[in-house]
Amino acid sequence: MRHGRVPFILGFLVAPVTLYTYFVLWPYVQTINLSFYQWRGFTKKRWVGLENYDRMLHADRFWQALEHHAVILVLLPLATIAFALFFAFLLNVGGKGRGGKTSGVWGSGFYRVVFFLPQVLAVPVIGVLFATVYRPNESGLINGVLLKAGLEKPIGFLIEKNLALPALIAVLVWQAVGFYVVLFSAGMANIPAEIYEAAELDGASKVSLFFRVTLPLLWDTIQTAWVYLGILAFDAFAIVSVLAQDNGGPDGATTVLGLEIYNNMQQNRYGDAATYGVALCVLSLVFAAFTLRLTRRESYEY
Amino acid sequence: MTTTIGRDAPGQRSGGHGARVVPKSERPRSKPNVAGAFGHVFLAIWALMIIIPLAWVFLASFKNTTEIFSAPWTLPDHLRWENWSRAWNKAHVGQYVLNSVLVVTLATFGTMLLSSMAAYVLARYRFFGNRIIYFLFVAGIAFPPFLAVVPLFFQVKQLGLLNTYTGLIIVYIAYSLPFTIFFLTSFFRSLPNSVAEAATIDGASHTRLFFSVMLPMAKPGLISLTIFNLIGQWGQFLLPLVLMAGAEDKWVLTQGIQDISTAAGYEADWSGLFAALTISILPMIAMYMVFQRQIQAGLTAGAVK
Repeated sequence: MRHGRVPFILGFLVAPVTLYTYFVLWPYVQTINLSFYQWRGFTKKRWVGLENYDRMLHADRFWQALEHHAVILVLLPLATIAFALFFAFLLNVGGKGRGGKTSGVWGSGFYRVVFFLPQVLAVPVIGVLFATVYRPNESGLINGVLLKAGLEKPIGFLIEKNLALPALIAVLVWQAVGFYVVLFSAGMANIPAEIYEAAELDGASKVSLFFRVTLPLLWDTIQTAWVYLGILAFDAFAIVSVLAQDNGGPDGATTVLGLEIYNNMQQNRYGDAATYGVALCVLSLVFAAFTLRLTRRESYEY
Repeated sequence: MTTTIGRDAPGQRSGGHGARVVPKSERPRSKPNVAGAFGHVFLAIWALMIIIPLAWVFLASFKNTTEIFSAPWTLPDHLRWENWSRAWNKAHVGQYVLNSVLVVTLATFGTMLLSSMAAYVLARYRFFGNRIIYFLFVAGIAFPPFLAVVPLFFQVKQLGLLNTYTGLIIVYIAYSLPFTIFFLTSFFRSLPNSVAEAATIDGASHTRLFFSVMLPMAKPGLISLTIFNLIGQWGQFLLPLVLMAGAEDKWVLTQGIQDISTAAGYEADWSGLFAALTISILPMIAMYMVFQRQIQAGLTAGAVK
């Protein structure tokens, strides 16, 4: 065959593989190793066996974080997918059938642009934005309106322990919905119009159209969305760190594993940080295995 | 009227179980559009939930602190551009924006170059180790950068690259490789062989074949992934926080905004904060408005595969 094949392959692979190994793969491996040591950065590492794990398993913040991940893992995908499906359906099929063709409601283009907008905003920007939206006095956007409307005292969205986590999840949903509207719209565009037409001619209402045509035929895309949102649920660090009261507060009510890693690192407790990293890794893997099993369902061909 | 179904394009199966819609009792074809109006209300509410906070921030950037707190829902008295100049000069938003632009531009360029090279070789050449390398890259998609953040910090430190643009750019590239390579590999696989063969017969070398034949053919995929990486790296928060903490003049926008918002609490300069926020949002919104089709396609392309 052509000559120069081997040098070519090597030449093209050497840079990406080196970077990837040095900055990504090796740190992952090191994390596992480090989780068995006590290390404060400057002194020598000291082998402590499973001590870090023991301490982690007895730390309240760890279990709080796990609980929060569980809550986020359920609420975030459910709410996001439900809203996004509903909106995508309205935008694509919700309109009056014009000449037998299904179409979106009036203004679909506009809504699609606006809904997607939060995707391009960086997390700290969203943090400041929602700090204002949630502010617990008359200068907050929500409380300002509610107090005018006659509410007795302002709602402490980020201050009250029971409200803080849902308030943060709401922000995540607010940001994510637009993305999945676009994703589901793309999926819906692939469903042949004939199927809708046939169903409509048979007298199916919009509601049954949604549950009996759109939903089953979109199942693959919904699965993908679920996996993506699940990954996001394990990665709620950014929003918690910019928006929650004092580091995952009030009183640990919003902490997540990522934040615990970061906090331990800030205190130069690198061994502990690595241990939390391993925990997060294990959880991600369990989630991945779990979803693969659970969502494996025959997809419809059309 | 069932002829519509009969007209199905040949070779197209009429839908599986899911598509079998049981005809309900003969209902009138088009009810008064209550559902439509209902849907419109929801759509409008959601749109307002996005527009109002952004518009509010924009207006607040022209107010003074008293106006912001005592009259949150009114228009500013007059346009106080001094808030903007304060944010730009004193709070260094301008600097942060430029830093972000520098880092993200170079990192995305590097990501695309290295990823397309690796993906091309992995997609179109058979050699020992191909599958293993591909698998290792793909495995990186599943894990967030955080898991590795502690050793990563020391790896970067060891090279003396902490608090440098170079360090941050290289790390951005390294963490963008898995997904980009994964996506581009399947893209290169889908390209037709005939053109490549013709070019080879004409005597093109491997390198020439890649740069002047295959890369141009892969343009749609490259554009999608470029946008995907630009937005992802623009919003990156954890990596600069850890790797760039000590050099305030090199901070990227995400760090800068975080810092300004903390400082705004101490200095009670809220109008400055909102001006800074507006300055950082406006270019993104402008970009988005111009390229919204490409951006939506680019960001969702990965998920649709």
